[in-house]
Amino acid sequence: MERQNEVLEKVIIKFAGDSGDGMQLTGTQFTNTAALFGNDLSTFPDFPAEIRAPQGTLAGVSGYQLHFGSVEIFTPGDHCDVLVAMNAAALKANLRNLRKGGTIIANTDGFDPKNLRLSGIEEKDNPLENGSLDNYRVIKIDITKMTRSALTDSGLGVKEIDRAKNMFVLGFLYWMYNRSMEHTEKFLTDKFGKKPEILKANLDVLRAGYNFGDTREEFTTRYTIGPASIAPGVYRNIMGNQAVALGLIAAAKKSGLPLFYGTYPITPASDILHELSRHKNFGVKTFQAEDEIAAICSTIGSSFGGSLAVTASSGPGIALKAEAIGLAIMLELPLVIINVQRGGPSTGLPTKTEQSDLMQAVYGRNGEAPMPVLAAATPSDCFHMVYEACRIALQSMTPVMFLSDGYIANGAEPWAFPSSSDLAEIKVKFAKEKNAGEKFLPYKRDERLSRPWAVPGTKGLEHRIGGIEKQHETGNISYDPANHEFMVHMRESKVEKLADYIPEITPEVGNAKGKLLILGWGSTFGAIKSAVIRARNKGYDVSHAHLRYIKPFPKNLGELLYAFDQVIIPEMNNGQLVRIIRDKFLIPAIPYNKIQGLPFSAEEIYAKIEETLK
Amino acid sequence: MESSTLPAEKFTPKELVTDQDVRWCPGCGDYSILKQAQTVIPDLGIPRENIVFISGIGCSSRFPYYMETYGMHSIHGRATAIASGLKASRPDLSIWIVTGDGDGLSIGGNHTIHLLRRNFNVNILLFNNEIYGLTKGQYSPTSEEGKVTKSTPMGSIDYPFNPVALCLGASATFVARSMDRDPKHLQAILKRANEHKGASFVEIYQNCNVFNDGAFEVFTEKSSKKNETLFMEHGKPLVFGENADKGIRLDGFTPVVVQIGNGVSANDLWIHDEKDRMKAGILSRFFDNPSKPDHLPRPFGVFYVEDRFCYEDKMQVQIDEMKAKRGEGDLDALLRGKETWTVA
Repeated sequence: MERQNEVLEKVIIKFAGDSGDGMQLTGTQFTNTAALFGNDLSTFPDFPAEIRAPQGTLAGVSGYQLHFGSVEIFTPGDHCDVLVAMNAAALKANLRNLRKGGTIIANTDGFDPKNLRLSGIEEKDNPLENGSLDNYRVIKIDITKMTRSALTDSGLGVKEIDRAKNMFVLGFLYWMYNRSMEHTEKFLTDKFGKKPEILKANLDVLRAGYNFGDTREEFTTRYTIGPASIAPGVYRNIMGNQAVALGLIAAAKKSGLPLFYGTYPITPASDILHELSRHKNFGVKTFQAEDEIAAICSTIGSSFGGSLAVTASSGPGIALKAEAIGLAIMLELPLVIINVQRGGPSTGLPTKTEQSDLMQAVYGRNGEAPMPVLAAATPSDCFHMVYEACRIALQSMTPVMFLSDGYIANGAEPWAFPSSSDLAEIKVKFAKEKNAGEKFLPYKRDERLSRPWAVPGTKGLEHRIGGIEKQHETGNISYDPANHEFMVHMRESKVEKLADYIPEITPEVGNAKGKLLILGWGSTFGAIKSAVIRARNKGYDVSHAHLRYIKPFPKNLGELLYAFDQVIIPEMNNGQLVRIIRDKFLIPAIPYNKIQGLPFSAEEIYAKIEETLK
Repeated sequence: MESSTLPAEKFTPKELVTDQDVRWCPGCGDYSILKQAQTVIPDLGIPRENIVFISGIGCSSRFPYYMETYGMHSIHGRATAIASGLKASRPDLSIWIVTGDGDGLSIGGNHTIHLLRRNFNVNILLFNNEIYGLTKGQYSPTSEEGKVTKSTPMGSIDYPFNPVALCLGASATFVARSMDRDPKHLQAILKRANEHKGASFVEIYQNCNVFNDGAFEVFTEKSSKKNETLFMEHGKPLVFGENADKGIRLDGFTPVVVQIGNGVSANDLWIHDEKDRMKAGILSRFFDNPSKPDHLPRPFGVFYVEDRFCYEDKMQVQIDEMKAKRGEGDLDALLRGKETWTVA
């Protein structure tokens, strides 16, 4: 059959169905196939908040968005081009994110009276029949029926047969986008090797989906998305939380320290614990404490004993840890505190993303309690920045706050992973000898203003540390007024001194001076970068700079900010970085905020740029 | 990071004294406890550099500053949580937690019970003075009902904790009680606590002579001590009284005081068995207010001992098992993951 072949630069597909429909697996398979083919890509899963929401309901919709292309891809994408809707609820929940004129692949069986009722749609209003989707291209397939007929002779029960219907969709999409099924065939063989009848069923349905596209005349067009010209190298796919876990293990290995991870389960940080607990053969000790306070306190004890100690939580848990963070600042022990941010305040929006806690990270403790704050920009950047957080903590003897958020924690992207020899050295030197004649001074400082790390078991260096203000150098309790002021300044100087050791900021896109700078931090990276590239292509004088080190700021940040007529700071909060920037640099930086538990779209940032420069 | 396994270098009690002035109120029971710890510890055969004292906040929590060992004076209620992390990371260390009734049972109560159930091999010394001393005299979770303090001018309406019963309830593997005013007994209990492999909980009655003077007088003063206290010894009958003429007998599940003589001999009494959890539970409930008529004497000594695995040991077992199964972790293999693709 003669078919047209249309070449596209990029496509966004949203796979949506009931929690039990296997949409995460379908999405991941298509993603891996696209990656192996050489497309650049970015993905974002979208799980229901409820663990087992009732089948067929809006609350039970599980989604997976994939953005892939022959051009560079920075985000999982704004509006999807193709929406796979396995049932009525999946369509209802995702239709507003489908671009006008986009394609809907609908499983008609999922629009039966029962499914319509469960998704709150009256039978007479079935969207597949009432014309409401006329602005879209709708491909109606009774996927359930097709799957069953492909497996009539399989000898499997209906339940098992129906479980394979996601493979039909996958096969159909492979046909539509000219993809090889090889990767998925191999995946299924590895997964079901020991259950030949299940393996055969899945392969049969996958091929049935592909052949369905191939044989039906109504499908006149196939699409080709060529490989992207991305930097040569070996790539893998990585999610943000997984990258954090790998970064911690790498830092432990490179520093030669045992890794201790004390934490309490909380969304969206728990996956770091899950990942780390699988790698005990690296000597990793994971400790699920009784509460958030015990979690951080266990890491303080562990750090005192000479481990690379790390705790993680999300906003509400970080609030509970605040007093102990203050103690770690006073003790000047190395510690990494990870905040995978989510919508706040209070319990807020546990499964939704927000850059909610920058103020908490920078200021949220009693007393003058400065601490370095770092933030990752993308899923794979989580690896590099948490590694940096460990390095800074160990070299400057300080707790460090590392910020991620729900968006990059669960998002994934290709990663040209480093080899262990590429990673920066982390030198750790435990104190072994007295440092002041016959005495050991636990708070005597080196050129970084860092104090010695003398761990229990070291003969002759017995000493006591605590949360009460301490005398310079000796660490003894001191209520001396001048000493307190001196120590407050000392702790601040120690953190500020880090600016000598971190990279300067350079624009990601654009120039180091001009009309407009978009200054971002954290997970807004992809949306800002896409928008700024687009705006520059349209001739706008706009640049993008992204902060990964927020306390202290890179040394040249002021210089960069002063070189632009205007600075816009987009944040998924009510304006936090913007306040710190205004305070520190006295410039009229413009806030641009979105507080919907959702990431910015590139379109939104682009519109803001256009509005500002028009 | 393991400490040395060479034979411990001897040190004297004097070498456990730091250059810091001890700042407790004159006459405070804490002085005696400090003295007993400094007396006993050099004899335990532990290198001084392997000893760590960790405390929270409160009068008792100043303790680490006065011990020439490693030490941490942390934040209110959290010494137990900090010690848990330290022990998990460094099973080789001898860790002593110093806490009080407010620190360990009120603000830090949660960590105390969880440490006990996990059974980290550490020693908890809970100085119970039944009052908040450092904040100048509010009632504590162990103050008796009706206690008049600065914060309870009409008397406390809180029902107090029974620390020994609480710890048994939390599945502690070593539970004992002693007092500041009986140095020999306290020394013996500290030694026993150290010998026990697992979490050792020692409640120490400690007099606060400023805000709660005489709280334990009836147990410590010569005139009443023998009649009001019951010193338990493993394998021996529960005998007490001025002339060791009274004993405890179990009538079903009910303990009764009996007069020895007139046909009742020591052999008819309850023989203390430290390994009997049920009976430890009954002994923990010998908790009557001594002003009540026909009350039972207050037990001192070891209520209960159990051999149970320690958290830090099992943690290491899992690491060793995983290493045996998969080999020492290979960072490059981890970074590479299961699936890669090459862009040429």
